[in-house]
Order: sequence, then C-alpha cells, then structure tokens
Amino acid sequence: MTLAINILLWLIVAALAFVTAMRGRVLLNDGARTGIGEFVRLLPRIGAGVIGAGFIAEIMPKAMVASWIGPGSGLLGVTIATLGGALTPGGPVVGFSIGSAALKSGAGAPQVIAYSTAWALYAIHRLVIWEVPLMPARVVWLRAAVSLPLPFIAAALAMLLAQP
Amino acid sequence: MHGRVNGYPADNRHALDYCPRALTDSPSAKPRRRAFDWSTAIIAGVAFSAAAAVYWRDGREHFLDVFGGDLTLFVEMLPKVLAGCLIGAFVTMILPRELVARWVGHESGLVGLLIASFFGFLLPGGPITIYPVAGAFLAMGADAGAVCAFIVSWTLLGYTRALVWELPFFGPHFVIWRIAGAVPLPIIAGILARMAVRAGFSYEDK
Repeated sequence: MTLAINILLWLIVAALAFVTAMRGRVLLNDGARTGIGEFVRLLPRIGAGVIGAGFIAEIMPKAMVASWIGPGSGLLGVTIATLGGALTPGGPVVGFSIGSAALKSGAGAPQVIAYSTAWALYAIHRLVIWEVPLMPARVVWLRAAVSLPLPFIAAALAMLLAQP
Repeated sequence: MHGRVNGYPADNRHALDYCPRALTDSPSAKPRRRAFDWSTAIIAGVAFSAAAAVYWRDGREHFLDVFGGDLTLFVEMLPKVLAGCLIGAFVTMILPRELVARWVGHESGLVGLLIASFFGFLLPGGPITIYPVAGAFLAMGADAGAVCAFIVSWTLLGYTRALVWELPFFGPHFVIWRIAGAVPLPIIAGILARMAVRAGFSYEDK
C-alpha cells in the first residue's frame, strides 16, 4: 500500500509541476526550491520526534497508559485524551510525538485520535499565540467553542469505522 | 463585499484589517520562522533521556531494536514527506488566495460549507498564512460557519499536515483511518457555528 501511495503522490507532484511549468519556468523553479527547502528544514524536527517517540514509548508506564487511555477505557479515556490534547503546549513535533508514543505504549487508537484532534483544534496556547492576533477574536472563540465536541465525534466515528 | 450574512454586515471591518497582507504577500515573503525551535529542543531532550534510560535499563540490543524500528519508519516516509512539501509549494504557486477568498465568500448554505471545507483541505501552509485567509473570507462576505468549516478542515483534513507530520509518526493505516473519520467534522463545526449565530451569538467585535 505504501508503494501505491508513493506513486499516487508523485503523480500529483508531476501534474502540479507541469501546470506550474506552463505558467513559467521561473515559477516552477521557485516552487521546487520552496518545497525542497521546507523539506530540508523540517527533516531534523520530524526525525527527532519520530525516533524520540519510540524511546519515550519504551519508558512510559504501560499499565497506567492502558488503564487510563487504553482500548478498553471507553468514553472516560476519550475525555482524558481530549483534555490532554487541549493542555499540550508546543508545536506539532510535541503533539505528534506524545500521540505516537502513547499509541506505541498501549493507548487505544480512538483515544489517540481524540487526543490529536483536540490538540490540533484547541490547544489553548495556540489559540492565543496564533489565531487571536490573526483573526477577529470573537470568531476565534466561536470556532473553539464549536470544536469542543469534535474530538468525541472523531473518536466515535473512528470506532464505527473500526481499525483497518 | 456588501450585503448581510445572518443579519450581520458582510464587510467586517476587522477582517479587512487582517486580509490585505495575507492576500498580497507572495509565498516567498513568508515571515521568517525562528531559527531555534523550542518544541523540538524539548522533545529532543526528553527523547535523549528516554533513549539513555532504555540503553541503561534494557541493554544495547533492545536499544538498537527500538532505534532501528523507528528509523525504518522514518526513512520509509521520507519520499511522502518530500512529495507533501512539493505539492504544498506548487499549489501555493498555482492557486491565488484572493480567488479562494472570493469563492468562499460568495457561497452560502450547505454548498458554502462544502466549498469552505474543500479549500481547507486544499490550501497548504502554516497558521501564519491560513488564519489571515480565513479573516479575509469574512471580509469577502462569508459567514462564521464557513470560516469555522474552513479552519477545522485545514486542521483535520489538510493534506500537507497529514503527509508531512502525521504520516512519519503514525504510518499510513492510522492516518487514513483517522482522516476518514474526520471528513464530516468541518461540516458539523460549520453547522454548529451557524446555530450559535442564529441563537444570538454576535461574532463582530463591538
């Protein structure tokens, strides 16, 4: 499956590069340079996070993880995970490292989905640092308020779809 | 720019304050990010301690097992991460943001929510580029429901975040499964926002 995804993605890259090239050689070079630059810049962060998550998972207390947010923890586990997501500070490397470490040390997948959904939608520091300065404040609060039930819905839908 | 959405004037003064930069800046003029990233430093510090603890507790062999397993996952995902970065960069080149803002701003109803969600999925970029675009939607006449659907969609369905960040950490099975379950969420957020506005929530700063 991962080969099929690779082929699909690179076909999309080729198609987009072609469309960009039709609009001008300079634009194509610019796009390629921006994309590769972003990749090189992100590489160490993602690498540190992915490899770090494996070791963090090893030292996590597995029995505690399983009883709090394990596959059998149900709605309470989803609630704990959602709260954890809302209170996790830091950039993507932190949220994804913790999520994947938890998954590796026995957390249930719907609980991890609730965690990462809550973290992505309403990690409190991010609302304050990013959203409020860039958007009308009342829209930000409305957006955060309507997002409150979404981690629960995401976890429920994930359970319905069942783990592949 | 004119007209009223859900009883509120569509040309939100505050949104107008925010939009011009986002819509006129070329992607290459993105604000420089901090050279030092605290998040990565902290995770790297914790990871290093954890790695040392594993080495000390379980021995060299187990340490190399864990390291090798994660390194393999990471390396396998690299072509996808690079593809994600390139797709994001090319889409930014091809798709003018003012066109997107106009498109979303002029649609209403469920179609408006669907279009806003679609562009949330499609538009690449980080928070610095996305939130001002969402502010511009308001200025172009979109309602708060469309803005909420757009941001939730960008957060949960956006392919750049999924390809570049989520995939190396969780692998394709988990990511595809999570995204499949998240597809209806932007629409739900948009509908909830409209209900709140209808119930009397005013999203204009007074």
